[in-house]
Amino acid sequence: MTVWFAIAATAVGAYVVKLAGLLVPQGVLERPLVRRLAALLPVALLAALTAQQTFADGRALVLDARAAGLAAAAVALVLRAPFLLVIAAAVVVTAGVRAMTG
Amino acid sequence: MGRVAEQTAFADEGAGTAGATAAEADGKPDAAVVRDALGVGIAVGLSGFAFGVTSAGSGLTLAQTCVLSLLVFTGASQFALVGALAAGSNPLTAAAGAFFLGVRNAFYGLRLSQLLALPRVVRPFAAHWVIDETTAVSLAQPSRRAARLGFTVTGLSLYVLWNLTTLLGALGAEAIGDTDAWGLDAAGPAVFLALLAPMLRTTTERVVAGLAVLLGLGLLPVLPAGVPVLAAALAAPLVLFLKGRRKAARPGGEER
Repeated sequence: MTVWFAIAATAVGAYVVKLAGLLVPQGVLERPLVRRLAALLPVALLAALTAQQTFADGRALVLDARAAGLAAAAVALVLRAPFLLVIAAAVVVTAGVRAMTG
Repeated sequence: MGRVAEQTAFADEGAGTAGATAAEADGKPDAAVVRDALGVGIAVGLSGFAFGVTSAGSGLTLAQTCVLSLLVFTGASQFALVGALAAGSNPLTAAAGAFFLGVRNAFYGLRLSQLLALPRVVRPFAAHWVIDETTAVSLAQPSRRAARLGFTVTGLSLYVLWNLTTLLGALGAEAIGDTDAWGLDAAGPAVFLALLAPMLRTTTERVVAGLAVLLGLGLLPVLPAGVPVLAAALAAPLVLFLKGRRKAARPGGEER
């Protein structure tokens, strides 16, 4: 039930911010500080999420096959590989390392 | 996601020829706009598969996974939510993280409302499609007509495919059982990294990202699940504040 609550809250929140952008008068969101903050917020969140989902096991920090997978994704990104190939590289390398190390 | 648009615009040669033929005197032919839009819609739409697998692997039911793609429809928030729930975060904290990731869509909407000049009655429907990819395609078009076409074709193809591949991914994950053995738990962080990489343009973004990683990992053992991500978001205002102070201390020293 709590999962459905989280889903409902996220769905409402996601829709409200999307609609807000289309409806609010120009100028409200145009202040430079607000714009800079809005651009930097996803950077902080995505960086933290990437790190946590790679190195966290519950509340402990671990170094496992996911780190190798993410490194592969990073290499794919540097080589300007398409989106899906980046994801595939991470998945394949993680599975490979896991299979080799048991 | 500008880079995704740039990369995938050529991915689907020929798919756009079916729909439009009329060329505009002043701009890009409709067929070219449709081709660009379908390229992005198809390439990114297929990554719904990764979401379906990740969500089912995180313990969400088929219905929960599909409702997320149908009603939330903004990838990063969806991945963040299922990741947080899997890590044992409380539902409100998990939803807050997903919400803050979605805030950028409000700024896309602001740009799009000027560009597309949609009638007021259409806006509540168009709003659901205001995301990274539709914005990237729309902003890349030379005229309002092309932007509207690009927005609609990207939104429609991406929405249909994203939901279809979410369903297939979730069904597939249930069929194969242990998704971790297949390395599929690496799909989530790889998606985040792929979204993050094109944003790291200047030192400011890199410092924010670095600080957020330190906060996100450092606070993980000491704060309840889900909260460290929200705390890491504070890296953004913190870096802006410090940058403002440095600028004040050395007038004319820094750019922007």
